[in-house]
Amino acid sequence: MASCSVEDVLTKAERDEAEKLKGITVNKELDLEFDPGNLLAFDKNRIDTREFKDNKREDFLRSLARDNTQLLINEVWKLPTERVEEIIVAKLPDPTTSLPREKPAPKPKPPTKWEQFAKLKGIQKKKKTNLVWDEVHKEWRRRWGYKRAKDDTKEWLIEVPENADPSEDQFAKRNKAKKERVAKNEYNRLKNIARAQKIKVPGMGLAPTPRQSKAELAQAVNVAKISTASVGKFQDNLPKEKTPKNTGKKRKFQPLIGDFSSEKQKQLDLLKVMDSKKPRLDITKAVNKQMREEDRDSAQKSKKGFGKKGRRGNMSGKGKGKAGGKGKAKKGKGQKPHMKQGKR
Amino acid sequence: MTRYGFALKAKTRRSKRFLQSRQPKLTEDQKSSMIIRGGNTSQTVSQALKDVYALKKPNAVLYKRKNMVRPFDDSTALEFFSKKSDCSLFLFGSHNKKRPNNLIFGRMFDFHVLDMFELGIERFVSLRDVKTDTCPEGTKPLLVFAGELFETDREHQRLRSLLTDFFCGPRVSAVRLAGLEHVLHFTALEGKIYMRSYKVLLKKSGCRTPRIQLQDMGPSFDFVMRRNHMASDDLYKTAHRQPRGVKPKKKKNISHDAFGTRLGRLHMQKQDLDKLQTRKMKGLRKRRGEQTAETAAAAAKAPRTDE
Repeated sequence: MASCSVEDVLTKAERDEAEKLKGITVNKELDLEFDPGNLLAFDKNRIDTREFKDNKREDFLRSLARDNTQLLINEVWKLPTERVEEIIVAKLPDPTTSLPREKPAPKPKPPTKWEQFAKLKGIQKKKKTNLVWDEVHKEWRRRWGYKRAKDDTKEWLIEVPENADPSEDQFAKRNKAKKERVAKNEYNRLKNIARAQKIKVPGMGLAPTPRQSKAELAQAVNVAKISTASVGKFQDNLPKEKTPKNTGKKRKFQPLIGDFSSEKQKQLDLLKVMDSKKPRLDITKAVNKQMREEDRDSAQKSKKGFGKKGRRGNMSGKGKGKAGGKGKAKKGKGQKPHMKQGKR
Repeated sequence: MTRYGFALKAKTRRSKRFLQSRQPKLTEDQKSSMIIRGGNTSQTVSQALKDVYALKKPNAVLYKRKNMVRPFDDSTALEFFSKKSDCSLFLFGSHNKKRPNNLIFGRMFDFHVLDMFELGIERFVSLRDVKTDTCPEGTKPLLVFAGELFETDREHQRLRSLLTDFFCGPRVSAVRLAGLEHVLHFTALEGKIYMRSYKVLLKKSGCRTPRIQLQDMGPSFDFVMRRNHMASDDLYKTAHRQPRGVKPKKKKNISHDAFGTRLGRLHMQKQDLDKLQTRKMKGLRKRRGEQTAETAAAAAKAPRTDE
């Protein structure tokens, strides 16, 4: 025992360790690259083509595979393990090899009209219960859907209201109202989707419908006509086709909830105008009136003989009436106060 | 499902789930593959397709009927199939005099062809010929690539990425140690690729890690590289782009020291330590009686000093 030195003990321990690990050690020139997350190993070493002869090919490949697999298994056994229902399981890290995706990443959807409004007003989503107590049937029923608690359309008795037509079918009326609500909801849902995907949806009357009325067809024709590069300026009319005159800017309404300060200012101005005792002076109108008076006087002076006729002719010539003569027949909107000169 | 051109409406919950499974997601599920039989196939190719299908079940569809498609000329038919079956990997097998026993491995991005590699089978040993018991279907295989060509040559690099994509199983967070049974070994040598599939036997060794013994199993191929179609670099980069939600957010102001204790960091404004509100010790407060005595003592002292 005295001859045993520390070095001997250490070398003996090392030899024992090497013996133990002999079974699993593999000697390679270059270390392999591992990706334990994917259970992947990559061997960069040169393969000796001399050993790769025809008859010994399979054995060579098998021994190469055995060595590489041993190294990969060694790597996997180094990972932390845990026990899941009496099975020992190794936790894999994230894979390091980057593989291409199947589809492009999803883009965040823009909020819908209601979501924008709710965010603006600060309305939170309230969690509602799935089932509601139905007094009539004395049981718990769904809040919406098949066999729901308060189903309007399933009532067997509807009182005819006082001001309604007695021969009107109230049941049909309710059903129709429901169908309209469903259609409106669907339309709004599609508009939200179209807005999210930035697809332009054609406006009313331009989307293909089974039966289009004369007015809808005319509108579609007009829209098609101005869809050229020069906005329909050089499109010839068909024989007997009349160009619609009131295609201009329609009235633009301010959004319901927008700039609060400007709305406040507008309303205060309105109140100020209403409050003031002085009548407001529209300068253009006043100038026009003055010009017309002068024209009338000069016409009267020049045509003394036919004064009555001329006067009558001039009296009917008020700016608005003349300009909107044709337009008014078609549509009442879009009337700009034209500063059209009356008949001279 | 009703269509409006840009919006699909699901009328049942089942169809809604089906549509949602086909939507692009942040972290994607396992890619499915379609195995297509071409215009004319030899016995080798048909058997090879069936073997790969057996390897890749259940995330694979096998189109057994003849499809007159030429992927390298016109890939629209493949893209149509991919859209219909929601598969992004494909394997197309065909046989003609000019290209005997042809297999085309390919993958798609956004239902358009990303990469395609045409490999000819020189030697093929089928699953049926090797009479050993196979491992259960759906096991995640160990993949080993050998040969410096896989590192140096650009085409081989792409092929390696494609084969990894094709044969790696589902993405798992943990794996049963005894269940690592299947290994696929690819060797690249002189323009040829040797694919072998072995069953792993874990034997006892002196220590915790077992000693490996391999048993021949499954299909083995000797491939020769023929044509290929690789995606352009920017398309390849776009395909790899990960969305922002995938990376885990780093928690700031938390660190771990050498002993494993979790340390946090607080950021404070400047404090005036004189005016710091500490605990009130009522017992130490000066009483009124004592106070007067003190002042009296102080007052008594003052005149004394004056004097």
